[in-house]
Amino acid sequence: MFSRIVATGAAAGIVAGLLLTGVQHLQVTEIIRTAETYEVAAEAKPVAAHTHTHTHEQAHEHEHAHEDAHKDGHKDGHKHGGWQPEPGFERTAFTALADVSMAVGYALLLSAVLTLRGKDSNWRQGLLWGAAGYAVFFIAPSLGLPPELPGTQAAPVVARQAWWLCAAGGMAAALALLVWGRHWSLKVLAVVLLAVPHLVGAPQPAVHGGVAPPELARAFIVASALANAAFWLALGALTGHFHHRFNGAR
Amino acid sequence: MSAPNVPTSHIGTAPRTLKDTLLPALAAAGLGIVLLFGAGFAPMEALHNAAHDSRHSAGFPCH
Repeated sequence: MFSRIVATGAAAGIVAGLLLTGVQHLQVTEIIRTAETYEVAAEAKPVAAHTHTHTHEQAHEHEHAHEDAHKDGHKDGHKHGGWQPEPGFERTAFTALADVSMAVGYALLLSAVLTLRGKDSNWRQGLLWGAAGYAVFFIAPSLGLPPELPGTQAAPVVARQAWWLCAAGGMAAALALLVWGRHWSLKVLAVVLLAVPHLVGAPQPAVHGGVAPPELARAFIVASALANAAFWLALGALTGHFHHRFNGAR
Repeated sequence: MSAPNVPTSHIGTAPRTLKDTLLPALAAAGLGIVLLFGAGFAPMEALHNAAHDSRHSAGFPCH
């Protein structure tokens, strides 16, 4: 049984993950690259001002370390240190790998749920599951934390991750109660679970804003919403199809 | 899976109990969560940088 769930998740996830990488290339990746050019420009200014304030009495070693850190960070417009993939093929390859890993992860969850449901399924029912996944894992968290471009002001990442999980979990529980709950009180509970993370509110930064123009930020939200919709519908349909193929069609 | 006569060695034709599906399903879901954590949530710098574009476009909190 375990191997059939994993086979379903792997097959659906690999195909949908590669599809997602392709769809991202249509718009999303280009917008991220553009935002990073703004990020580089914004970072370059304070660095220049900072260097001017240094006098020659200051320790040279410190300056060298400082410059090196900045050079490294500016290599492709990203402020994070440490290893990072080279722009071009390497970066695309790692994005594809991350997409596939994410897609297989989601497909395993979906495949496990289909198995627990204990019914046969096909790609059409899979589409509905995919739509539910899109609502749970993209729409619900995005209502409070819209997809962000590099260089956007944001609250601490751990707080946002925790809120993201609450919003997704609330939506998942709410959908399950709305679909399968018989008693009216369960439907009320569903609405409460759905609303609470949004009434509490997502963690916000002290100052809002970003280095990229607002039009680019809006274009990014639209592009990623479309890419993720295509991804989730494909993932759901493929998981439904492979679940049937590996379990039902014998 | 809905077919009751799936030829498996240890289960035979007995109807599936919750245990037959629950444990494998939980194990597979756990594996899925590990993959999702690695791609979308893990704080390690190298993992973050490798998955950077995926995280941004999937709407995962980043940076």
